[in-house]
Amino acid sequence: MERLLAVSSSPHIHAAQDTRAVMGWVLIALAPAGAAGVYFLGLRALAVMAVCVVFSVLAEYVWQKGMKQQSTSGDLSAAVTGLLLAYNLPPTIPFWMAAVGSLFAIIVVKQFFGGIGFNIVNPALAGRAMMLTSWPVAMTTWTIDGVSGATPLALIKGGSAELPALCDVFIGNIGGCIGETSAIALLIGFAILLAKKIVSWHIPVVYVATVAALSAVLGRPAGPVYEIFCGGLMLGAIFMATDYTTSPMTRKGQVLFALGCGLLTTLIRTFGGYPEGVSYSILIMNLTVPLIDKLLRPRVFGEVKKHG
Amino acid sequence: MMNPLTLIKNGLIKENPSFVLLLGICPTLAVTSSASDGFGMGLAATAVLMGSNVVISAIRKFIPDEIRIPAFIVVIAGFVTVVQLLIAAYAPALDKSLGIFIPLIVVNCIILARAEAFAFKNSVIDSLFDGVGMGLGFTLALTIMGSIRELFGNGSVFNFAILPPAIEPALLMILAPGGFITFGILVALFRAYQIRKEEQATGSISTYDGWEKLGACEGCSLKSLCGGGNQSVPCASAEKKEADA
Repeated sequence: MERLLAVSSSPHIHAAQDTRAVMGWVLIALAPAGAAGVYFLGLRALAVMAVCVVFSVLAEYVWQKGMKQQSTSGDLSAAVTGLLLAYNLPPTIPFWMAAVGSLFAIIVVKQFFGGIGFNIVNPALAGRAMMLTSWPVAMTTWTIDGVSGATPLALIKGGSAELPALCDVFIGNIGGCIGETSAIALLIGFAILLAKKIVSWHIPVVYVATVAALSAVLGRPAGPVYEIFCGGLMLGAIFMATDYTTSPMTRKGQVLFALGCGLLTTLIRTFGGYPEGVSYSILIMNLTVPLIDKLLRPRVFGEVKKHG
Repeated sequence: MMNPLTLIKNGLIKENPSFVLLLGICPTLAVTSSASDGFGMGLAATAVLMGSNVVISAIRKFIPDEIRIPAFIVVIAGFVTVVQLLIAAYAPALDKSLGIFIPLIVVNCIILARAEAFAFKNSVIDSLFDGVGMGLGFTLALTIMGSIRELFGNGSVFNFAILPPAIEPALLMILAPGGFITFGILVALFRAYQIRKEEQATGSISTYDGWEKLGACEGCSLKSLCGGGNQSVPCASAEKKEADA
């Protein structure tokens, strides 16, 4: 009888999917890109991933213990942050730098702002931005098969005519960060996320389409198809820009957010000092999310549109 | 007359201009990329602060209320010029690395704030010690900031190498973002320390209320409805108090 009369506030429908399950599926979706990274860039890539994940989870656990907060290190979100950070690093990065980047991502970017759900920018990308500013040389040294070489985007920036074949760029047989090189593996991950309804298609598709369209309009030398498969675009569009906390809540807002990301990415690639602009454009657009949410707040049913 | 030690301690810890009063943040962020720059800037500001506090306190009866701010600025600018020329003559290296920030001491809000809030209302001797305390507090804050940023951003403190060469320093720390991050962490630590001290002294949970300190109730758009205690008005401050209790 007591059970029947239990009163609770809405929402009343609940799903079995909790944070841990969502993050678990994200990890599974990230696995193909990681495997491709290890296959093309060597076993050291695996070690970098391990360092980042271990230090991220450990940082979250120790911080929450020290601050006497309820521990969320079991919900896998810190593991996702660590893995994403590793995917944004070159495989040759010294392990201690990867560890410092993980600590920065979890403690400064995530926990200082209140933990999961409260961070204003994507922790993995902020960690990467901090590392790129701090150690520019270590962060932009690329090797493949033990030979150092520039990434396709750096070659385009340098005005080189000899670019790797599109096929190599698509499967990931090029220099670059651990998780960004293989577009096909990232697309498999995207398919998994879509099938499990973890993310909607709006942000990644609009983001990539904007970059393709703008690359064509601006007459980028390699052409729009090449542009969307190289650099960190696929990784950023599928896994970073779709982060729940730091992307807009409404569909319209998400489209606007993705358009902004695409615009900034192409502008940085074409006119900026860096060859690649995915991480900075997502970070900048993360900061506009509260404004976008406010601007595109759905009207309450019956609310009359104000004129003038 | 107030106790000089109390005045100095007040400036160093209790009302530390950088970490508690949050005044003079521009130099706190801009010149602390190394410990010696921070220390030098702190001492220069201390010298100006002592001089201006004494002079403004001495002539406070003659300054008309309406034009007191321009009068303060003229006195402060005079002392800044003296200090600037002295630094250029005797510490040219410091002059070069601090650059535009030495003349900018004129508009440092710590100095103007102490003239307005203290020297204009208190005796010459008290004002002198207030200047010493506030100046040393500012110097302490800048030296701590500079040491931390230089240690992690350059591997040294006061130019003495500390980190082993194998550890490549993080450039970020001596760039602008490093200043903001270090400053934020230090302000939080200072606040946590003060709250804990208060709790130890009173033996009860701190009643420190960040919302009140920030003047949140003053600026709140619901103030006219709330009247300071209407329970039906949603209030973040009250909700937080409830959660704490």
